[in-house]
Amino acid sequence: MSDKKPESNDTNGRKPTLPPGMVAKPGPTLPPGAKSTSSGPKLPPKSSKFPPGMKPAAPSTEELVGGDGSSAATRADFTSDQDVRWCPGCGDYAILATIQRLMPELGVPRENVVFISGIGCSSRFPYYMNTYGMHSIHGRAPTIVTGLKSARPDLDVWMITGDGDSLSIGGNHIIHIMRRNVNVQIIMFNNQIYGLTKGQYSPTSEVGKVTKSSPFGSLDHPFNPIALVLGAEASFAARTMDRDPKHMKDMFTRAHDYRGTGFVEVYQNCNIFNDGAFFQFTEKETKTDRTIYFEHDKPLVYAGGTKGLRLDGFNLESIDLENGNLGINDCLVYDETSRELAGIMARVYWKPELPQPFGVFYREDRPSYDDLLHDQIHAVVDRLGKGSLKKLLEEGETWEIA
Amino acid sequence: MALKSVETLSEATVLFAGDSGDGMQLTGTQFTLATAYAMNDLATLPDFPAEIRAPVGTTYGVSGFQLHFGSIEIRTPGDEVDLLIAMNPAALKVNLDRVRMGGTILVNSNTFEPKNFKLANIKSNPLEDGSLDKYRVIQVELTRLTRETLKDFDLNQKEVDRSKNMFALGLSLWLYSRPVEPAKKWITAKFGKNPVIRDANLELLKKGYHFGETTEQFVTRYEVAPAKQKPGRYRAIMGVQALAMGIVAAASKSGIQILYGSYPITPASDILHTLSRYKNHGIVTIQAEDEIAAIGTAIGASFGGSLGITGTSGPGIALKGEAMGLAHMIELPLVIVNVQRGGPSTGLPTKTEQSDLLQALYGRNGDAPIPVIAASTPGDCFIVAYEACRIAVKYMTPVILLSDGYLANGSEPWLIPNPDELTPFNVSYAQKTNKELDGEQVFWPYLRDQTTLARPWAKPGTPGLEHRVGGLEKQEGSGNVNYEADNHELMIKIRAEKIQRIQADIPPIQVYGDPDADLLIVGWGSTRGAIEAAVSRSNKSGKKVAAIHLRFLNPLPSDLGEVLSKFSQHLVPELNNGQLVKVLRDQFLLPMVAMNKIQGRPFGPSEIAEKIAEMVG
Ligand code: SF4
Repeated sequence: MSDKKPESNDTNGRKPTLPPGMVAKPGPTLPPGAKSTSSGPKLPPKSSKFPPGMKPAAPSTEELVGGDGSSAATRADFTSDQDVRWCPGCGDYAILATIQRLMPELGVPRENVVFISGIGCSSRFPYYMNTYGMHSIHGRAPTIVTGLKSARPDLDVWMITGDGDSLSIGGNHIIHIMRRNVNVQIIMFNNQIYGLTKGQYSPTSEVGKVTKSSPFGSLDHPFNPIALVLGAEASFAARTMDRDPKHMKDMFTRAHDYRGTGFVEVYQNCNIFNDGAFFQFTEKETKTDRTIYFEHDKPLVYAGGTKGLRLDGFNLESIDLENGNLGINDCLVYDETSRELAGIMARVYWKPELPQPFGVFYREDRPSYDDLLHDQIHAVVDRLGKGSLKKLLEEGETWEIA
Repeated sequence: MALKSVETLSEATVLFAGDSGDGMQLTGTQFTLATAYAMNDLATLPDFPAEIRAPVGTTYGVSGFQLHFGSIEIRTPGDEVDLLIAMNPAALKVNLDRVRMGGTILVNSNTFEPKNFKLANIKSNPLEDGSLDKYRVIQVELTRLTRETLKDFDLNQKEVDRSKNMFALGLSLWLYSRPVEPAKKWITAKFGKNPVIRDANLELLKKGYHFGETTEQFVTRYEVAPAKQKPGRYRAIMGVQALAMGIVAAASKSGIQILYGSYPITPASDILHTLSRYKNHGIVTIQAEDEIAAIGTAIGASFGGSLGITGTSGPGIALKGEAMGLAHMIELPLVIVNVQRGGPSTGLPTKTEQSDLLQALYGRNGDAPIPVIAASTPGDCFIVAYEACRIAVKYMTPVILLSDGYLANGSEPWLIPNPDELTPFNVSYAQKTNKELDGEQVFWPYLRDQTTLARPWAKPGTPGLEHRVGGLEKQEGSGNVNYEADNHELMIKIRAEKIQRIQADIPPIQVYGDPDADLLIVGWGSTRGAIEAAVSRSNKSGKKVAAIHLRFLNPLPSDLGEVLSKFSQHLVPELNNGQLVKVLRDQFLLPMVAMNKIQGRPFGPSEIAEKIAEMVG
C-alpha cells in the first residue's frame, strides 16, 4: 500500500485552468473549424416509418381543445408553465433553452414528443417542457424509455440524464439501451459531480477530487462516457458543451436525425458544486487550444487552423501547421463511421498535450430495437394470422364432458 | 398369461421419481394427459431440484412428479402416495415418507447396486434389509428390459437407457387402465423428424404396457371411473399457462396492447416463455437486463397507453420495490406478477411458499398501498390475471398478482372458459381538456373520477393533453409538483382511498362448508384445495367447520368483518411463518389461530383435517 497522499484536483490535466466562479460570457464563441452549419452526412429521416402526426392516438384532432402542435410552433409552445428551479447560473439553463428553441425546428408535433428523465438536477428537465414527460426514478430512465418506445415506436422520445444517474446508479441500463439501439435521443448532462445530493464525487469526477464524501480525495478512477458507451455497442455517440448553444443544437439535431440511440454527452457547468470543471474547454481564453471541433470527412484541425492532429501508430498527436513542415494534408481526416477511429478519438480524454474532442465520434447504421421488435411482430402476424383468444384457449388436447 | 383381477378405485395418487435426467416430468405429464382422457378429476405437483443436472444418483438430483386423480372431486395432489415409481435408490430414499403404509413401490431393480447406494448415502440394500416390509414392493428390471427391447435399434447405450421412462409409463398406464393413445400421439408428433427415436419410444411404451399384462408380479389392475364434472370442453392446464392466457384475454377483450417485461427467474420464467410466443395476440415481450429494467419497461409502456406487466418471483419483487412506488405515485396501470417461491433470499427456488404476502402488501417506501390479488388453483390463474389487468386499468393503479410455484407448475382439468362470458373490460383514454383555468382550457392529469378516484389516462400523441408525471409529490388536481404539508397528507389519503374503493369490484364472500359452524378457516392462494378438501372431509364426519378463501388481500372484501364475526374460532393456514394472520388480527382484533407449514410443499388435506379435529373436538 502506498503512503502517497492522493493528489488534489490536478491529475490528468483536469485542473480547471480558470478560477472557479469566473464570470462567463453569455454569447457563444464560435470555435475554430466549427463553421459548418450542416448537421453532418445525410441520413434517412428518423421518422420515416412513423412520420410525425401520421398516427395520432386521438381519433380526430378537430374535436380536441388546446392542441397546437402545428408547424407554426415556437419556443414558447414548448415551454411549460412551471418555474425553472435550477440554481441561477447553472449550465442546465442553456441546454433547456437550446432544446426549447430546437423543438419547433424539428417539426415534430408537440403531442408526439416525450421527455423522460431519471433523478438528479438535470432530470427535472421534463417538468419544464410543455410536452409529454416523466420524471422517473434514479437511473432507470433507459428502462422506461425502452418500454415506451417498444409500445409506441411512433413517439419522438428524448431521455435526459446526468453522469450520476446514467453512469452510476443506472449503469446497467445505459449499456443495455446502447446495445439494443432503441430509437431515442439521450442527452447526458455531465457535470462531474452530484448536484442534487449536494456535492459528492460522481463516476466522472477525477481521481483526487475533494468533496464532502471524499475529504481526502476520491480514489475512484473516472468513467470516460464516450468510451463507455462505445464499449457498450453504441451506434451514435457525440459530445458537446453547455457554453456552445450552436454546437449543442447541431449535435442534438444529429442525434434526433439518427434512427437509433443518439447519445450526446454535454459538458455542463455546475456552478455551485463543481464550478469551472470544464472552463479550459469552454472559456474563450483557453478554448481554442484545448478543444477540437471535429467533423465527418474533414481534417482534424484546431487552434484557429494553426494545429492539427495526425495518427502516430494507434495514437493521435498534435502537429504544428504553421512551421511550414506540415500542412493540412498531414492531418487525419475523420471518419465517424469508423469504430476504430472512434475508439482512438474517445481516448483523447483530459490529455494535457491534446485538445478535448467535440463532435460526433461514431455513427453506425444499425436497425433500431423498436423497428426490429415491430418488424418481428408483423412477421409473426403475417405468418400466423391475428391471434384468436378462443382458438388459443382450445389449443392442444381437449375433451368433452357431457 | 395370468388372469388379472380388476379393482375399482375412487382415487389414487401416483408419484414418479428419478434422476433429473430420467424424464420424470415428461412421464408425469403424459400420465396426466391419459388421466384427463379417462375423464378423471386430477391435480398434479411437479417437484424438481434447483440444479439443472445435479450429479446422477444423488438425493439432491431427484426429480418427482406427483399426480392425484379420481372419480370424485380432486382438490390437491394427494396426501399420501399409493404408488411410487422409483427409478433409483436415491428417488426411493427421498420419497419413501410420502408413501402410505401398505402402498406400492415399483423400483428399477437394476439400479439397486452398491455404487448407487453410495451415491445416495444408503447403508444397505433397502430391497433386502427389511426396511420396505410395510409396503408392497415390485421389482422390475427396467434397464435390462429396455435394453432388451431396443437391442435391434440403431441407438447407442446412452440413448437406450434414457428411454426407460417410456417403459415405466407404459407399465403404469396399464396398471391404472389408462388409454395409451395420447402418449402415442405425443411421441409421434415429438419425434417425427427422428424415426428411430420415435419407433424406439413407441416400442417401449407398448412393451411396458404388455409387461403389465404378462408379468406375474401384478395380480390386480385398477380402474378409476370418470369423475362427475360440469359438462363442457376441458383441457389440462398448468397455472403458468392459465396466467399467460388470462393476460391474452385481457388484451383481446379490451383491445389494449400489452407489454410484458421480465427477467428470467425460477419459477416465473415460463410466463415469459409462453407470452413471447403470443406476439400475434397483441402482446409485446421484452427480456430485460434485470428486474428493475423489467418493471421499468412495463411502466414506460403504460405511460404510452399500453398495459405494462412484469413478472418475477420473490427476490425480483424486492428489486422492483422502488419502481412500484413510482407506478403508485404516477397512478398508471401496471400488473406485477409474483410467482412465489421459498425464501428469504435465494431460498428454495423450485419449491412453493406463500411468504411474500407482507412484502406485497407493505414492501415499498412511504405509504404506498397496492391492490393484491391471489390465485387459488392453476385454472384460477386465468381469471385472476384477467381481473388484475382489469382492476389496474379501471383504477389506474399497479396491481400485484400472487401465484406460487405449486400453482405455476401444478395442473388440473380446466373447463375452457367462454371469452364472451368474461367481465367486460373497457379502456378509455382522455381525449379532451378537463378544466378551465383563467379562461383557458387545460388538462389536469390528477382530476379524478368521482366514483373510482382514478385519474384520467392521457396517452402521448393526444394533442392538447401534454402533461408531466413523476415521483415527486403531486398537487391534487393539477398534478404539478407540490411540497405543501396539507396537500401531501391529502394525497396519501386519496391514493389509499382509491385502493380501498376497489372493494366495489369484489363479490360477496362465499362460505364453504357448514354455515352454522363454530370454526372458520380463512385461506388465501394455493391452499384452497387442501382447505376445502379438509373441510368437506370434516363435515362428513360431523365436525362443524367452514372456510372462506380470499382472492383480494388488499383491499380486503367489505363483508369480511361481518363474516368473521359469525364464527367463534378462526384458523388461518398458510405456507409461511404467519402473514395473513397478522394482517387479520391487526384489522379485526380477533384472536386468530395460525397454522403454518414452511417446507416448500403444499398442505395436504389431512394435516388441516387433523388441526380441525383438534380445534372442534
Ligand atoms: S446544483 Fe449544480 S447542477 Fe444542480 S442546479 Fe445547481 S448548479 Fe445546476
